[in-house]
Amino acid sequence: MISFIAQRIAKAIVVLLALVVMNFFLIRMAPGDPAVVMAGEAGAGDQLFIAQLREKFGLDQPLPVQLFLYVKGILSLDLGFSFRQQMPVSKLILDRLPATLLLTGTAFAISLAFGILFGALAARFAGTWADTVITIAALIFYATPLFWVALMAILLFSVTMDWLPSFGYETVGAGYTGLAHVLDVAAHLILPATTIGLFFMATYARMTRASMLEVSRLDFVKTARAKGLSDAVIQRRHVLRNALLPVVTLAGLQAGTLVGGAVLTETVFAWPGIGRLMYEALLQRDYNLLLGVFVVCSAMVLAFNLITDLVYRSVDPRIEFAA
Amino acid sequence: MSKRKILVSFAAMCMLSTAAVAEGPKPGGVINAVIQPEPPSLMMGLVQNGPTQMVAGNIYEGLLRYSPKLDPLPGLAESWSVSEDGKVYTFKLVKGVTWHDGKPFTAADVLFSIEFLKQTHARARGNLAQLEKVEAPDQSTVVFTLKQPFGPFIGIFEVGSLPMIPKHLYEGTDFKTNPANNTPIGTGPFMFSEWQKGSFIRLVKNPSYHVKGKPNIDEIYWHVIPDAAARSVAYETGKVDVLPGGSVENFDVPRLSKLKNTCVTGAGWEFFSPHSWLWLNNRSGPTANKKFRQALMFAIDRNMAKDVVWNGLGKIATGPSGSAIKYYTSAVPKYDYEPAKAKTLLKEAGYKGEKVRMLPLPYGETWQRWAEMVRQNLQDVGINVEMVATDVPGWNQKVSEWDYDIAFTYLYQYGDPALGVGRNYVSSQIAKGSPFNNVEGYSNPEIDRLFADGAVAFPDAAREEIYAKAQKILVEDVPVAWMLELQFPTITRCSVKNLITTGIGVNDGFRDAWIEK
Repeated sequence: MISFIAQRIAKAIVVLLALVVMNFFLIRMAPGDPAVVMAGEAGAGDQLFIAQLREKFGLDQPLPVQLFLYVKGILSLDLGFSFRQQMPVSKLILDRLPATLLLTGTAFAISLAFGILFGALAARFAGTWADTVITIAALIFYATPLFWVALMAILLFSVTMDWLPSFGYETVGAGYTGLAHVLDVAAHLILPATTIGLFFMATYARMTRASMLEVSRLDFVKTARAKGLSDAVIQRRHVLRNALLPVVTLAGLQAGTLVGGAVLTETVFAWPGIGRLMYEALLQRDYNLLLGVFVVCSAMVLAFNLITDLVYRSVDPRIEFAA
Repeated sequence: MSKRKILVSFAAMCMLSTAAVAEGPKPGGVINAVIQPEPPSLMMGLVQNGPTQMVAGNIYEGLLRYSPKLDPLPGLAESWSVSEDGKVYTFKLVKGVTWHDGKPFTAADVLFSIEFLKQTHARARGNLAQLEKVEAPDQSTVVFTLKQPFGPFIGIFEVGSLPMIPKHLYEGTDFKTNPANNTPIGTGPFMFSEWQKGSFIRLVKNPSYHVKGKPNIDEIYWHVIPDAAARSVAYETGKVDVLPGGSVENFDVPRLSKLKNTCVTGAGWEFFSPHSWLWLNNRSGPTANKKFRQALMFAIDRNMAKDVVWNGLGKIATGPSGSAIKYYTSAVPKYDYEPAKAKTLLKEAGYKGEKVRMLPLPYGETWQRWAEMVRQNLQDVGINVEMVATDVPGWNQKVSEWDYDIAFTYLYQYGDPALGVGRNYVSSQIAKGSPFNNVEGYSNPEIDRLFADGAVAFPDAAREEIYAKAQKILVEDVPVAWMLELQFPTITRCSVKNLITTGIGVNDGFRDAWIEK
């Protein structure tokens, strides 16, 4: 198992470097550069100022030189300096990463737990009104854009009912500590986490339902029934467990894309995470910061894929590790 | 209502208003305001963008402030005088001023700031081009000597244009990496306290502020909320008290202004005078033809744009200068909404339906809707318009590389034609790589001469005559299509008093603000 993990990590590093090089060129293909954006914000139009900025950022050097310096930095775990934020990229990302992990982790847990639960219920009661309700709700949440759900949630729960805060990570200036702080953050977390969670929950519910219905038609389920096991035991121990494999695969793949969902949600809810950092860096052509966030996101996707492979093993003992 | 009741009510109202007048500023309280986008840094000497000034205008100060009529007001200088030949400006500094770390502010700091800003501040560098020398005969006197009279010189000392930088923290250091950049130290009414990136910036009252009894407010929280709709909700739900101009989309302004305890004002933008226009590429294509450009002016319904897109805020721009700018004249050719005249001019220009590329300003819904309205106007007179969608960097790139036919923009004018108007029309400012100079490529030797003369003419009457002539020529030539003098509404709780007291508005700090309890 250790050699399997080591080999996967080695491969992941190669993939990561390839992604860095590809992203490096992709970003630079977009029109505009950070010097012009910053000069624009300063309302200062002279060429000297823009030239100074380009020189300061190293943008006056040939592209291969810029790439060489960047990759060299990456290899020594240096993600560079953010042009706009005037701070090391790694510090910016590390400062924001916990908020994103909290948000996406909660959203992931909500989506997985409720997705599997509702999917299982829909399969168990397939063809009944409960199945129809769950299926329609899942389709609606899957088809509705995240930012729209976010705005409607704010309108309902913050403006109309005044139950939950509409923006931020905590109540600024309240000075809460201990349990009060935890509850305050939790209150701020509910709307954004549920918004992301609903979208992914819909996918898992659909996947679980389909997979369970498929598994329940297999011979070993008939055998279990012939043995006289109760329906609840058959569904939980035999059908659900076997039906979870594709759900685990999907969850592993989507864990990485959760950050993508967080870009919009963090922006609407002013959640101070790396999704927002990425969005702002993109608009400001903050090359180093954008690449840094991409590196971290790519690393997360690769890590989740590895974890998925490991989880396979525990869900289905028939699977063996092979490098 | 009986006469007696009316009298009693009137008396009660008089008593209430007298009580209100007698109340006056009250110390204490917290202001929650919105800032967007999040400033990259609060060190005003190094970063000169709008959000930085809006927050750090509370931390740093300039030698002068400016009234809504753009007359100079005392700032860190308590008095000033100008020599008869208009070349020597002498400033007397307020005595007893200290930096937030307790060190005294002196004339040496002013001299240092000038040298600092010449290296880091593009606009200051331009404003100081006529400076021959600056001296400090004593600790509280600074003397600026110019190479020749420079009319707008008295207008360059506002905090965003020439912020004072602490010499004791920056002298002999690498300015860009100085650790003090993260904990800015100024002389202003509020001190930097905390910045949680992506969430909020907290400023606290400067107890040693040099203006007695000021500031009244204890703390300011600047909340970073990236989405415009979420900013509206934050105000609506009572989480913030101040939405500075431009914080919310214009279509939300009427709704928010109807909320209880809500006041809306367009004041506080007189110094910047945001002026909007369409860049028209004078080099090639249909827009190179003067008659085509004049036709555009007649084809666009600017009144409708003002009333519908901008909710009635702002004024129709009559020419290159905003009406708050010095030497503005309305005695220029008029371009009312006359589609029939536009069609005639298009015919005279020989326009045959060639495609014209238009770049909206990618600053949100308001600008998108405005571009759609203009496109409709232009299509109505037979102009074949193609909209080109971009984001901000893409817009900058296309405009700076002159890759457009028509492009929306707005720029600040900084109170004087020599500071914020001439740069867009003189031929020395035609250069690729910047979206803020003479992007349209208009070249007229007479305009070059008038703006060159106007900057150094003395006294004021001479400047007035020169700029009146320049405005007339420009409006006749239509190098760009002027649209509106913009007004960005500031929305506040009515209980927040005296928030805007100068022509620099919320960008000038909250030193006079107080909260009615």
